Parts: sequence; structure tokens; C-alpha cells
Amino acid sequence: MAPTQRFTLLVEVQLRAGISDPQGATIERALPGIGLDGVSRVRAGKAFRFELSADDEAAALLLGTQVAERVLANPVIEDATVTVTGPAVAG
Amino acid sequence: MAARMGVVVFPGTNCEYDAIRAVEALGGEADLVWHGTTEVTGYDALVLPGGFAHGDYLRPGAIARFSPVMAAVARFAADGGPVVGICNGFQVLTEAGLLPGALQKNRGLRFLCMPVAIRVESADSVLTEGVVAGTVLSIPINHFEGNYTCDEATLAQLRSERRVVLRYVDNPNGSVDGIAGICNEGRNVVGLMPHPERASDALLGSVDGLVLIEALLGAALRSRSLRCAPPAVA
Repeated sequence: MAPTQRFTLLVEVQLRAGISDPQGATIERALPGIGLDGVSRVRAGKAFRFELSADDEAAALLLGTQVAERVLANPVIEDATVTVTGPAVAG
Repeated sequence: MAARMGVVVFPGTNCEYDAIRAVEALGGEADLVWHGTTEVTGYDALVLPGGFAHGDYLRPGAIARFSPVMAAVARFAADGGPVVGICNGFQVLTEAGLLPGALQKNRGLRFLCMPVAIRVESADSVLTEGVVAGTVLSIPINHFEGNYTCDEATLAQLRSERRVVLRYVDNPNGSVDGIAGICNEGRNVVGLMPHPERASDALLGSVDGLVLIEALLGAALRSRSLRCAPPAVA
């Protein structure tokens, strides 16, 4: 029987620690130029939101993790964090 | 007997005719192979040319690796068939796991389009056989994401197995160890960021890419005879 519940997920993809991040470094260098001082350790990444069907939250997390690890992130250079943020938006 | 190349075309590929032109200039034959194809038969080598497969959405090569043709490319490579990925093709091969590592945005975040000096580091690959190690070639690069990266263990393995095939003389993009091209363990799959097909005629400013394409044509013919050889007599 097909799962009937719909969930909303958030996947954040970040470059792994130790992998250079030219985008983050460039943003960090630009900030003092407009008077925004003291910002450090800037890392650029990507965020993905989507909905999926699953029997329960644990199953939603499992399926979302597969989406993240097989498609959204390149495990050679990136880590993914998967969060079930709640039920799907109605409509 | 001309070597027959399959040039794989994804939506957004844009160097396929450059590749065909260079192959034909050296007496080879080449066909376009659409990415929706599930079989690649009748070819002596495959080229994944440059461009922006699937718009480079998500990451360069990240969607292309799921194109139907990629399973056939992987089987061809596993059978020992020569496979060369140029620029975006290199990115596709790393995403597909046919080559290790990944290609990140260039150090300095500049799109780089210029001739660069490339040193052949190993003559033991389908793209460099017969080319003397140490030879320096002038070949254009044309990329935003050509900054090769891999973990230290992978780099140590690439070095010890002499699988760094090409290095930049002056590293333009931040690639680890100046890597411009690598090969797989079988040395029949090569990925490189420079575009040898764009250095294949004096009108283009350099003919230095021809030695690489010629090497590939030679490897392609040998691969055909190996893969089509009759069973050995006991």
C-alpha cells in the first residue's frame, strides 16, 4: 500500500571541512568593505526543500537521506544535513 | 582501417563538432551518440566532450551521470574500451565514479578561457601513449569548475600509480598538485580539463592537441583488436 502521509523536508549541502570554498572566502573578504566587520568562517552551500510521501517521519527521513546522498550532494566534497520540517503544505 | 569514435552528446553539450572535426582531421571516423541511448556498440572509443550537460544544474555532471547512456559508458569502460572526458566530460566522469575526485569552482572564482601550458606526466594512458613524458603542450582551457580536488589518500594513490597524466605548468585554477588530467586504474579512462580538440589546427592557434587525439585513435584501434580478438587456441 502506497504511503499516504506527505512530509516537507529541508536538505542543506555544505562543502566538507577541509575542502576549500572560494565562494565563502570571497564573500568573507567582501564584508569589511561595506562595514560589516568581525564575520569569519563563511561557508557557502545549497539548500533544497521538497515534499515526499512516507508512512511516518522516520521513513521520510530515510527517503530524504537517499535523495540527498545519491543526488543532491557529491560525497567526495560535500556533506548533507537532512531535516523533516513538518507535514506537507496543504494544496 | 579507421578508428571509429562515439561522441556522447547530452542536452547542453557544445564541443561535439569540435571533437568530430579533430578526429576526422586525423583520419578517424566519429558519430554523435545521444545521451538517451542505452547501448554503445560499434565504437572503438568514446569521447565525452565539453559543454554544460543538463545546464550544469545542481553541479556539473550531477544530472548527466543519470543519463541512460552512462550505464553503457561504464560497461564500455569496464570492458577496457578507451573513454576520454574533456572538460565537462571530465566532470561527468568524476560524478559517475568512473574517475576519482571532483572538480570545484576555480580558485579566484574566475571563468578561465585561455591557452595554457600542459605537461604530459605519463605516457601510460589511452590519451598519452607514445607521447614522451615531459612534453609541454599549449592547449586551451575554458572552464569555471576545473579546480581538481580529492582526499589525500586518493592523491597519494594517483601519484604512486602514476595516474596524473597531465599537469599545468602554471596552475591556473587551484587544482590540487596542479592536476589537469588523470586516468583510472586500467588507464583506459582519462579525464582532462584542457581542450585538445581546440588545438587541432594552425588556424586555431595551436596544433598541440593533435598528439593526444592521435594517441587516442591508436589506442582505439588497438582496443578494437583486443576486444574483437578470436579466442586463443589452447
